Amino acid sequence: MALDVRLTHWLAYRLLRLTLVLFCVAALAFGLVMLSPIDPVDAYLGPQMAQVSPEQRALIAERWGFESPPAVQFGHWLRQLLSGELGWSHIYNQPVSEVISQRFSRSIMLLSSAWLLSVLVGFALGVIAGAKEGSTLDRVISGYAYITASTPTFWLGIVGVLLFSVYLGWTPICCAGPPGVLSQEVSLLTRLHHLALPVATLTLLGIASITLHTRTRMIALMRSEIATHAFAQGASRIDIAWRHGIRHASLPALTLAFASLGELFGGAILIEQIFAYPGLGQATVEAGLRSDVPLLLGIALFTALFVSVGNLIADSLYHLIDPRIEQGPL
Amino acid sequence: MSPTQPRLYAVAYIAFAVVLLSTLIASPLWLGAAPLQMQFDARLAPPSASHWLGTDALGREVWARTLAGLRLSFWVGISAALLGTAIALTLAAIATLSSKLDALISLLIDTLLSVPHLILLLLIAFALGGGTQAVIIAVALTHWPSLARVLRAELLTLRHAPYVCISRSLGKSRGFILLYHLLPHVLPHCLVGALLLFPHAILHEAALTFLGVGLDPNQPAIGVLLADAMRYITAGYWWLGVFPGLGLLLLVLCIDRLAFTLRRAL
Repeated sequence: MALDVRLTHWLAYRLLRLTLVLFCVAALAFGLVMLSPIDPVDAYLGPQMAQVSPEQRALIAERWGFESPPAVQFGHWLRQLLSGELGWSHIYNQPVSEVISQRFSRSIMLLSSAWLLSVLVGFALGVIAGAKEGSTLDRVISGYAYITASTPTFWLGIVGVLLFSVYLGWTPICCAGPPGVLSQEVSLLTRLHHLALPVATLTLLGIASITLHTRTRMIALMRSEIATHAFAQGASRIDIAWRHGIRHASLPALTLAFASLGELFGGAILIEQIFAYPGLGQATVEAGLRSDVPLLLGIALFTALFVSVGNLIADSLYHLIDPRIEQGPL
Repeated sequence: MSPTQPRLYAVAYIAFAVVLLSTLIASPLWLGAAPLQMQFDARLAPPSASHWLGTDALGREVWARTLAGLRLSFWVGISAALLGTAIALTLAAIATLSSKLDALISLLIDTLLSVPHLILLLLIAFALGGGTQAVIIAVALTHWPSLARVLRAELLTLRHAPYVCISRSLGKSRGFILLYHLLPHVLPHCLVGALLLFPHAILHEAALTFLGVGLDPNQPAIGVLLADAMRYITAGYWWLGVFPGLGLLLLVLCIDRLAFTLRRAL
């Protein structure tokens, strides 16, 4: 019972902290955008700038509240945020919340499948490499992990397109469906076909950290008293890896997987750009390049929430599954 | 294996890496204007004896452009890593002075770590309006938190080391202890930290430039070369995309191994 109370307290503290961090992210992002030398009115008008008189420009600026000091603007924006209003994206001509939800629903397929695959494959490789430390298999796996950790994500994507789409013609070159077909009419199979290469690229890169981490854990286990005891009873390395190793290493691996959501998202931005996959990552780049301030702010906040919740889950997993861990600051 | 052998290996590797990197840094001396030299009779030529790694759409040599790009990456990476380390060290040191400052800096670290790196980079590059300096600042600003976290933890445990306690009971001020006892202790960590930041900095710079918000597109940066390659990708000019990225991978691996060797040797 006491544990439950402490857990609730801990969770409450973490949620409070999460809110505080999100507030700071909002302030930081807003501050950065205010710093930008790019004039939001000019960016909004684009090529039509020449047709607008200075008076009209001033009117737009006033209508948008650019005359007031930054702190007032920030307060105004924050109030809107709290009422669930993220603003209007001028490049997509839609409310920001709608752009994010539409785009994210496409990205989530890419993100979740790459995440799941990299966790499973990375974990399996890590267990194998760690159980057979020093073997050829271990050297191959850890060598692979070290190299992918140094590989530019987008370059791997480019090489993938060249090899599988251009030369072999196995996968489509771009987008989430064939050109000229409405997204509602694309069949599931076609969709998966278009997802295959982006997911594979993202997975290949995500594997490295989980593999290396799991490998270290497994090596530690193999040198521990548990393993010595099991060896004495006649168990093989495979037995130990299977019976103790997986349990021993799965929690840290899962924690790492939740904690690396930010990196996964960063990778997705680049991958979506290369494969012209119309997801949230591509929208982020568009917003940055074409100065869509409300969309940029909205995405920064949304992804911060996404990553923070991932971190919270990672920490909570430890607390829920392993009660030996001290219950935080309370 | 004798105990001197790993050290010997480390020294040999460091020497090798230094020679390789200085050749790269000095590359303008022997490259001359080759990265920008256009040859209109040899546009999009595949790799051959006369064009080692092929040429791009304007007949410029890919090998020369790749080397120039790597050199640029190296400078941006080293500046960003040093700047990031300096920020991390300063803030970690300030955090040890009082618990209020510590809480504030921890909050800042948590905030920066909760936004995906690339999005924060995009925001900062947007705020500063692009260009080489903006990229260096953006990469430094996004990469210091993880190092600061390590340094802070190190400094906090050091605060209770016996020699620090003795110094404190002798009446030395916090500033004195920080400057003469704590900082010298974490400097090796900083060196390794900077070297570990370096590959991340290079990869993020290239990514940012590739997306079009980083370095000036007229410079032969790796990100620019790869973005160029994307335009011709469907035509099958594979050398445009493969070699610059491979060069970047090798540079990053080289520095990564250097950091690894140094960390083990220290």
